[in-house]
Amino acid sequence: MTEFVAPEIDWLALAPLIVVLGAGVVGVLIEAFVPEKVRRTTQIVLALAALAGAFAFIAVLWPQIVVQPVQVVGGSLTLTPFALGAQGIIAVLAFLGVLVVADRTTTGQDAFAPAASAVPGTPYEDLARRSGLEQTEIYPLLLFAVGGMMLFASTDDLIVMFIALEVLSLPLYVLCATARRRRLLSQEAAAKYFLLGAFASALFIFGVALIYGFAGTVRLLEIAQRVQQGLPLEGMSVLLVSGVLLVVVGLLFKVGAVPFHAWTPDVYTGAPTPITGFMAACTKVAAVAALVEVLYRISIGVGGVSPDIMRQLQIVIVVVAILTMVVGTVVGMVQTDVKRLLAYSSIAHAGFLLVGIAGFNAPVQSSTLFYLLAYGLATIGAFAVVTLVRERRITSGTGEDNGPVGEGEGVVLGEATEIAQWAGLGRKAPWLTAAFALFLLSMAGIPLTAGFIAKFGAFTGATTGGLWWLAVLGVLASVVAVAFYVRVLVVMVFQKAPDEPESTGTEAVEAGLSTGSTSEDAVPTSGGAVSAGAAATLTKVRVTSAQRIVVTVVRSRGPAAVAIAVCAIATVILGVFPSPVLGLVEQASKFVP
Amino acid sequence: MNDVIGLAPWLIGIPLIGAAILLLGGKATDRWGHWLGVAASAASGVIGFILMFRMIGTPAEERSVDHHLWTWLSAGGLDVDLGLRLDPLSLVFVMLVTFVGTLIHVYSVAYMDHDPHRRRFFAYLNLFVAAMLTLVLADSYLLLFVGWEGVGLASYLLIGFWDTGRPSARENAVAAKKAFVMNRIGDMGLIAAMALLFAGTGALDFATTLSDDTLGSLSEGTATAIGLCLLLAACGKSAQFPLQAWLGDAMAGPTPVSALIHAATMVTAGVYLMVRSGPILEAAPTAQLVVVIVGAVTLLFGAVVGTAKDDIKKALAASTMSQIGYMMLAAGLGPAGYAFAIFHLLTHGFFKAGLFLGAGSVMHAMGDQTDMRRFGGLSRFLPITWITMGLGWLAILGIPPFSGFWSKDGIIEAAFIPVEGQPWRAWVFGTVAVLGAGITAFYMTRLFFMTFGGRRPRWTENQHPHEGSPLMWWPLVFLGVGSAALGLVLGVGGTFVTWLEPVVGHAEHHEPVLPVPVIITSTLVVVVLGALLAFRMYAMSLVPEEAPRGSFLTRAARRDLYQDAANETLVLKPAHGVARLLQVGDRDVVDRGWSLLPQVLSWFGAVFRKAQSGYVRSYAAGMAGGVLVIAVVAWLVVGLGGAQ
Repeated sequence: MTEFVAPEIDWLALAPLIVVLGAGVVGVLIEAFVPEKVRRTTQIVLALAALAGAFAFIAVLWPQIVVQPVQVVGGSLTLTPFALGAQGIIAVLAFLGVLVVADRTTTGQDAFAPAASAVPGTPYEDLARRSGLEQTEIYPLLLFAVGGMMLFASTDDLIVMFIALEVLSLPLYVLCATARRRRLLSQEAAAKYFLLGAFASALFIFGVALIYGFAGTVRLLEIAQRVQQGLPLEGMSVLLVSGVLLVVVGLLFKVGAVPFHAWTPDVYTGAPTPITGFMAACTKVAAVAALVEVLYRISIGVGGVSPDIMRQLQIVIVVVAILTMVVGTVVGMVQTDVKRLLAYSSIAHAGFLLVGIAGFNAPVQSSTLFYLLAYGLATIGAFAVVTLVRERRITSGTGEDNGPVGEGEGVVLGEATEIAQWAGLGRKAPWLTAAFALFLLSMAGIPLTAGFIAKFGAFTGATTGGLWWLAVLGVLASVVAVAFYVRVLVVMVFQKAPDEPESTGTEAVEAGLSTGSTSEDAVPTSGGAVSAGAAATLTKVRVTSAQRIVVTVVRSRGPAAVAIAVCAIATVILGVFPSPVLGLVEQASKFVP
Repeated sequence: MNDVIGLAPWLIGIPLIGAAILLLGGKATDRWGHWLGVAASAASGVIGFILMFRMIGTPAEERSVDHHLWTWLSAGGLDVDLGLRLDPLSLVFVMLVTFVGTLIHVYSVAYMDHDPHRRRFFAYLNLFVAAMLTLVLADSYLLLFVGWEGVGLASYLLIGFWDTGRPSARENAVAAKKAFVMNRIGDMGLIAAMALLFAGTGALDFATTLSDDTLGSLSEGTATAIGLCLLLAACGKSAQFPLQAWLGDAMAGPTPVSALIHAATMVTAGVYLMVRSGPILEAAPTAQLVVVIVGAVTLLFGAVVGTAKDDIKKALAASTMSQIGYMMLAAGLGPAGYAFAIFHLLTHGFFKAGLFLGAGSVMHAMGDQTDMRRFGGLSRFLPITWITMGLGWLAILGIPPFSGFWSKDGIIEAAFIPVEGQPWRAWVFGTVAVLGAGITAFYMTRLFFMTFGGRRPRWTENQHPHEGSPLMWWPLVFLGVGSAALGLVLGVGGTFVTWLEPVVGHAEHHEPVLPVPVIITSTLVVVVLGALLAFRMYAMSLVPEEAPRGSFLTRAARRDLYQDAANETLVLKPAHGVARLLQVGDRDVVDRGWSLLPQVLSWFGAVFRKAQSGYVRSYAAGMAGGVLVIAVVAWLVVGLGGAQ
C-alpha cells in the first residue's frame, strides 16, 4: 500500500532564494503595471529590499546551519555553513553592486542604453535617446542573476547546479549588451560571452552525463559514496575522471581561469561598468563556491580509494592555478585600459584563489570565503570609481581655448578608461583617488588591507596542503602584480593631467582621440564589422578642431558614493581588525560539504 | 616605565596623522602645512625624550617592555598580536629618527621654500617618520615588515618627488623605479625569512622567535637559511653588495631626503634588522660569516667608488654605502660587534646627515650645482657650512675625539678579535677595516677640499654664494655639534655599550690579535696618510704656488707635480680604472639586468596580448585546446609518477 507522502520542505532554508527570485518576478510585473514615473525608484527599492531581506534570512539561518547543515528537496539545496556564507557574501556584494548600478550621477544618465534593443546608429535609437527612455528591466535581471548565483553556490545536485548556472548566466549575457556608450562593443561582448558561455555549459553538462554514466547519480555526495564503495573502478575511472574534468572546466570558465579566461577582458571592457563590477565580484563568488563544493565533495570519495585520480584532480587545479596567476599578472602589466587592467587583475585573483583551493584541506574553505569577500569589496569599489571618471567634450570658440574647465561646461561623455587619462586625478578628486588607491592596494595584498589577510589565508592553505612551492610561486606572482597596481597609482597621483593649463590644445585633442577608439588589443573584429561600424554609433567621440576632450570627475548622486565608502571602510576594517569576520568564516569549514 | 608606555603608540600616531592631514587637506593646508609637519615630528621627539628619561630611571633588566596593541589575526591556531617593543635599542632609533628627523624637517622648510609642492613633501616626510618608527618599534617581524614597506614607499615617493617639470624629471622617475625594484628583491628576502621562521617556530614575534628555547629547536640549516634571507632583506634596504646600485641614483631626490632617508635612518634599517635578529645569526655561524663578508666587500666597494665621484651627493652616497658596510661587518661579529654597529649607526646618522645638509647648503648657494669640480674656495663664503662640514669630516675620518673615532675604532678592534678555528678571519677583516678607514680619509678629504679649499674658485658664471636662512644653518650647527661631541659623551667609559647590554647581551672580553694601542695608532696613521695624500692632490696641486713654506718646498711641490703625473698613471689611473670598471659593471651589467626583467615580462605580456585577438572562434579553440592540454598533463604526470 503506497501512500502519498508530501515532501517536507524547510521553507526557512529556502527563504533567501525565494525572496530574491520572488522579487525578480515582482520586478517583471512592475515593468508592466507601475507608471513610468515611479517605475525606476520602485525597482531600485524593491531590489535593495530583496537583497537586504535575503541577507537578513541568511543571518537568521546562520546559527542553525552552523550546528547542523540541512538538505532541502532531496539535496537540491544543500545548506552548509560554507554555502550559506557564500550566499551571504553574494547578497552583500550584490547590494553594493545595485547601489552602483542605480547611480545616475549628476549628469542624470545611468550607464544603460535607453533602448538596448535598438540597432546602434539607427533613427530609432536617436528617438529613444531624445525621448529619455530608460531600461529599468535591468533590476529584475540583476535579481534573477543573484538568485542563480545563490543557488549555484549551494546545491549538491549537478543538474540543479547546471540550471543555476544558466539562471545566473542568461541575465548576465543580456545585461552585458546594454551599455549606453560604445554600444557595438557592448553587444559584441555579450555575444562573445554568450557563445563561449554556451560552449562551457555544454562541456559542463557533458561532464555531468559522463559522471552519471559512472555513478548512476548526479548527487555529489552519492557519487562520492559510489566511489568509496569501490564500484568497478578498473576501466570505468576514465568516465569519472573525464566527467569531473569537464565539469570543473565548465566552472573554471565562470571563475575566469586560464586557459578559459579569454572572454574576461573583452566582456569586462564591453559591459556597462556597474555591471562589470557586479559580475566580476558576484559571479566569481558563486563560481568559486561551486567549484570548491564539487572538488571537495568528489575528493572525499576519491581521496581514500584512488590516490591516482586524486592526484590528477590536484594537478589539474595546480596547473590551472599557475597558468592563471602568470597570465593574469604578466599580461595585466602591459594593459593601457583601466577596465582591462581590472579584468586581468580579476584573472590573477582567480589564480590566487586556486592556489588555496589546490591545497585540498578543509580550512581553505574559510579562507576562500574571506578572500572572495575581500576581493569582491575591492572590485565593486574600483569599478564604481571607474564609472565616475568621465570624458568631457568642450566646444571652444569662446576664445578661452586652453583655460581651465569650469564645472558643468561642455558635454559629459563616457568613461575615461585609458590609464593615461587618469593622470592628475589625485589633484582633481583626492578622495576618490584615495579610495581607488585603497582598492588597488588591497588587490595587491598590501598589509593592513583586507587583501593581505585574504592572500595570507590562500597561501597558508596551499602550504598546509603540502604545496609550499605553489605558495612560493603565488607570493612571487603577487609581488609582480604589485607592479601593475602601483603603475596606476603613480599615474593618478604623480603625473600631471594632459589638460592642465600647461599643455597645448592639440595635445589634449590627441589624448581625447586616442581614447575614442578602443584600446589596442581590444579591437573587436569578430565578424569584421565592428571597427568600421563603431564610427556609426551615437557614442563615437567625434573631435573636431574646435573641440577638445578633457577628463573630468562627475559627482555621484549618492548611491555609488555610499557603495565606494562602504567598500573602502570595509576593506580597511577587514585589514586591521579582521578577527570578527575571520571568526565567522572559520565556522564555514566545520563541515566538509 | 609602565605609566608612560601608553604614550608609545603616539610616537607613530602623531606623524601619521600629520601626513594624513597634509595629504587629504589639499590646498587649504598649503600655507601652514610645512610647520604642521615640523610640529608632528617634534612632538614625536618630545614623547621619545619622555620615554627615554623614564627608561634611564628604570633598572637595566626591566627596560625591555612589550606593549600590546591589539590582536590582528586570530585564525586556525595562528595568533598575531600587534604590539610595540620599547627597549634600549628601539629607543636609540626613536631618538635618532625624531631628533635628526626634526632638524631635517626644519631645514626643509627653507630648502623647499620655492617648491610649489612643499606641503606634499612634508606629508611624505611625516609618513616616512611614522613608518620608520613603526619599523623600529615593532615587536614582531610582521609589524616590522609593515614599517619596512612603509619606509620603502616613502623613499620611493621622495626620490621621485621631482619627477615633473624639471629637466632631470625622467631620470628621477627612473631612479625612483630602480630603488623600488631593488627594494622588492630585498623584501622577498624578508618575506621568505618570515615564512621560514613561521614554519620553524610557529610564531613571528620577537619574544617567542628570539628566545633561547625556540632557537634551540631550530636546526642549524634552517637558522642559516633564515639568516641569509634576512641578510638579503638587509642588503636591499641598506644598499649592500650586491644590491647597492640604487643608492647612488636615489640622490636624485631633494637633498634633505638624501640626508634623512638615504644616509641617517632608512638605509640603516638593514643593520637594525641584523642586530635585532642577532640570536638567529648566532645560531647560524655560516650566515654570520656571510654578513661579515658582505659588510667587508661593501665597505671597500663604496670607498673605492667614492674616490671617483665628482658629484658631491654621489660621493657622499658612496660613503654612506661604505660606512654601512662597517656596521654590517660589526653586526656579523656577534655580541662583540652589535653595540658598536649601533653606535656607529648613531654617530654616522649625525655626521652624515650633517654632511648631506651641508652639501645641500652648498648646492643652495651655487644654484643647484653638484659637480665638485665647479666648487672651490667656498670656505670664505659659507663659513658656517664650512665649519659644520669640517666637524663632520673629522668625525667620519675617525680623528679623536670626534664622534666617528669612538664608534669606528670599536668596530675595527672588534674585527681584530680572533674567531676560534678560523684564525684568518681576524687578520683579513681587521686589515680590510683599517684599509677602508684609509680610503675613507682619502675621499672625504678630497671632497672637503675640492669644495671648500683653494683660493681660486672654479665656479660657473654668475655665482654669488651666500649662506641660506637661519632655518638652514641652525640644523647644521646642531648636527655639527653632534658630530663633534656625541662620541665623546657616549663613548667614554662605555656608556653606550652598557646601555645596549640588556638587548644585545654582554660581550665576553676577548683580546684582539694585536694590542689595542697598536690598532688605534696604525689606524690613525693610515687615516692621516690617506688624508694627506688627498690634501696634496686636491688642495695643493691645483695651486702649487701657494705652498705654505719656502722655495725648497715649492720645488718639492713641483716634483710632487711630476709625481702626481706618475701617480696618475701608476696608481690613480688604475684605481680610477677599477672604480670606472666597477661603475661600468654596475651600470651595464647590474642595471641592465634589472631593466631586462621588466622587458622580458612585457615581451611575454605582448605575446599573450596577441592571443587576445577578439575572435570568438579562437577563444573557443583555446578553451578546447586547454581542456586537452590539461588532461594530457594530468595523465602524464600521474603516469610517470606511477611508473616510479
